[in-house]
Amino acid sequence: MFGKLSWDAVPFHEPIVMVTIAMIALGGLALVAGITYFKKWSYLWTEWLTSVDHKKIGVMYVIVAMVMLLRGFADAIMMRTQLAMATEGSPGYLPPEHYDQIFTAHGVIMIIFMAMPFFTGLMNLALPLQIGARDVAYPFLNSLSFWLLVSGVVLINVSLGVGEFAKTGWVAYPPLSGLQYSPGVGVDYYIWALQLSGLGTTLTGVNFLATVLKMRAPGMKLMDMPIFTWTCTWANVLIVASFPILAATMALLSLDRYLDFHIFTNELGGNPMMYVNLFWAWGHPEVYILILPAFGIFSEVISTFTGKRLFGHHSMVYASGAISVLGFMVWLHHFFTMGSGASVNAFFGLATMLISIPTGVKLFNWLFTIYHGRLRMTSQVLWTLGFMVTFAIGGMTGVLLAIPGADFVLHNSLFVIAHFHNVIIGGAVFGYIAGFSFYFPKAFGFKLHEGWGKAAFWFWISGFFVAFMPLYALGFMGMTRRLNATTNPEWVPYLYVAMFGAVMIAVGIACQLIQLYVSVRDRKQNACESGDPWNGHTLEWSTSSPPPFYNFAVIPTANTIDAFTEAKEDGTAYQKPKHYEPIHMPSNTATGVVMGALLTVFGFAMIWHIWWLAIASLVGTIGYFIIHAARDDQGYMVPVETIERIEAEQHARLVAEKKIPANRVETSLEQA
Amino acid sequence: MSKNRYPRLLGFLPLLGMMLMLGGCKWTLMDPKGQIGLDQRNLIITATLLMLLVVVPVIIMTFAFAWKYRASNTKATYAPKWSHSTKIEIAVWLVPILIIIALGYITYKSTHELDPYRPLESDVKPINIEVVALDWKWLFIYPDLGIATVNEIRFPENTPLNFRITSDAVMNSFFIPALGGQIYAMAGMQTRLHLIANEKAEMEGISANYSGAGFTGMKFKAISTSQDDFNAWVAEVKAAPKQLDQAEYDALTKPSQNNPVALYSTYEPNLFQKIVDKYEGMKPGKPVKHEKKEVAAVEGSDTGAHSTAGAEE
Repeated sequence: MFGKLSWDAVPFHEPIVMVTIAMIALGGLALVAGITYFKKWSYLWTEWLTSVDHKKIGVMYVIVAMVMLLRGFADAIMMRTQLAMATEGSPGYLPPEHYDQIFTAHGVIMIIFMAMPFFTGLMNLALPLQIGARDVAYPFLNSLSFWLLVSGVVLINVSLGVGEFAKTGWVAYPPLSGLQYSPGVGVDYYIWALQLSGLGTTLTGVNFLATVLKMRAPGMKLMDMPIFTWTCTWANVLIVASFPILAATMALLSLDRYLDFHIFTNELGGNPMMYVNLFWAWGHPEVYILILPAFGIFSEVISTFTGKRLFGHHSMVYASGAISVLGFMVWLHHFFTMGSGASVNAFFGLATMLISIPTGVKLFNWLFTIYHGRLRMTSQVLWTLGFMVTFAIGGMTGVLLAIPGADFVLHNSLFVIAHFHNVIIGGAVFGYIAGFSFYFPKAFGFKLHEGWGKAAFWFWISGFFVAFMPLYALGFMGMTRRLNATTNPEWVPYLYVAMFGAVMIAVGIACQLIQLYVSVRDRKQNACESGDPWNGHTLEWSTSSPPPFYNFAVIPTANTIDAFTEAKEDGTAYQKPKHYEPIHMPSNTATGVVMGALLTVFGFAMIWHIWWLAIASLVGTIGYFIIHAARDDQGYMVPVETIERIEAEQHARLVAEKKIPANRVETSLEQA
Repeated sequence: MSKNRYPRLLGFLPLLGMMLMLGGCKWTLMDPKGQIGLDQRNLIITATLLMLLVVVPVIIMTFAFAWKYRASNTKATYAPKWSHSTKIEIAVWLVPILIIIALGYITYKSTHELDPYRPLESDVKPINIEVVALDWKWLFIYPDLGIATVNEIRFPENTPLNFRITSDAVMNSFFIPALGGQIYAMAGMQTRLHLIANEKAEMEGISANYSGAGFTGMKFKAISTSQDDFNAWVAEVKAAPKQLDQAEYDALTKPSQNNPVALYSTYEPNLFQKIVDKYEGMKPGKPVKHEKKEVAAVEGSDTGAHSTAGAEE
């Protein structure tokens, strides 16, 4: 009846797990009670969960990302504590079967469920506004993508209390991840969490590519798209090309585990090397999917806060494209040590180094954007400058690892751990946090508290260096990754320092939470609802904050790269049209939520071999989609009166803030 | 081993780097005990210094530009429309390209010279060691000496070591950090590694690829000794009471953690080949196509033989 599922699956004997579950349960209950007490269920359902508005979906993505950042960071603190305790013969407080799940979960969560939704959320929020569109090309598909991500998030968190998570490392190499060596449900949780969220990501890629190709404002040439839109577009190209590889790889691993195929096993002609190749054929483009949008954010931040055009916009676009194309041709550098010949290794080493050329160009372009500018030292700029310094170091260690002869001694060591945290924290995460505070006012109509934001930055960056520089050193001392205890007394001080660095990052995260609280509390003082808090260059700043649900009352035109700056300079910004037209908007739909929920059940049933439930939920999902597709809903028209009312409010704000002279409003009104 | 791997111009860089970065430091990879490790260390230092030629200016420029063009410095030039300069664009593409050309040259050369499959040139007859990764211990077979050990190897200094490596469980990576590079151990396949110890030393050997619950304890001792000490040790092993027959081997393949060192005076004939063959065609010891490869591999001092891809099956 319930497949492999029984009460034994719940780890009652593990106090750490049970306390965690109790806290999550209490937190969840408090949340449910709060929503019920304030009677917010119907607001939540109609305004958020069933919304197809890209801005709201973007906000929900970022919320998921931040919650998962806390979960993934809790894993990190547990690992650092274990390694600081388990020295010179002490076993520490985490047995291998628990510790091995934690480092696997940490990797999967941080990459798939923190970084990916963070980037997707920022892209959802800003990209359609940047190109002057009213929504994405397929608003319902966007909602479905989000709920597929949530399915994956639910599964990976359920694995905490029901069964186990994979004990294979986040790469899940067979034969270790095969049935013979991992008979439990951990790897199945891994497979289905990745499959469901990966499907969502693929659909997002398709959706946003269609959006930039078909929905740009009139006059906006492809090469003139804002830089964040461009880097996201390259990331989406990579998504569409690489995520199907992940889906296929996971499907093949499922065949091994569910139907006794021998694709990746030791026996019967299986070949684990095939998995390793396929995994990194997705895995390497994946890191560029994470970093490219962050590059876009840094570019926006630098050009905005220097009050200057981005240096070499076209050069940046080509550099991003070069990184994307080359990013597909370097996967083998993750396993130079698998025994390929020297010529193969040399090819992939050289291809990897080529990537540092366009990346170096980007660094120089940011520098020359600052050159002859007027740099305002906001928290976003601090994150960007911090990134430039940190990333230069991380890029250097990356190129070092690309030299096969050097990689042979550094591979799988803590040097590698230090390197990729150097580029993912110092690159992607710094970028997302900068983007978070850069676009926060656009989403909510008030700015985040600068003091706490800067405090967060200083703790994060110093914590980063204190936590990860010792790992570079430990790599040189011969410490390999994924150890759960050490015996070498010379390593101990470094492990303590790394632990202290992690605590400093924790303080940084605490500063961010306080920043959120303080900013929400003081939102009246920090309000900037007229929509252009930073004197921005591009179209997203030309509409109010938060933007009306239709984004633009009249679709703007864009004839140059910095369209909004041009408009502000020649006085055409905020111009009121002679009259408004009704606007066609898509209706909200519960289909995304329902399909996401049913697919979560499907994934859970597959993990536990509850076949009847798997079939029922899959049929239910498909059936519900067919019903959705067959409905006769053409969306709705926003009446002109509604638009006039909303736009009049915005005009009043603009006049009050002296963004436009009062007399112009009068003439405009007469024209209307 | 040839010492002049890089153009003479670059030869001073490792020395300079040693002085700058690591005076008196005892980091394993920076203080290797073997020629391969030394070459790899010098490669790391050379490449790092080359890259610092770009990285240091970028970091300095970041601070300098951010300070000079801060908003409060109204004396600095402000050119909000300035966003293109062909000269600068050429420079910013050219500088990284030049560095990468230099690095690429070093990479191409060193990758061939430090290819782990390439036997070392030496007048001394090499020691052959067959390595089997098990859950979670290392089995070593000395085919020329007829002995086997678990979790410990000894070898004479200044003698080339020819490792042939496989796994009878999941994927591991065979690594003696103080001697130089590592290579994966995979079931049904054999990989190769060639190392040498320049001095007497007792070194840590590890698995560098996570392989499950007992991974942390999957360590071995790698000890380089004088020829006499080595001979004495071989005699000691040959007199050891334990014999690695099939039953003993089967017991050894059962998962176990933190295994003590074990010495075997004899082992099941052709054991290594049987372990490799076990996974293909399921006829242990009766390889269909391995005989041919064996010949090729013995002759195979030319690295081109392995240049296609992957480990040998």
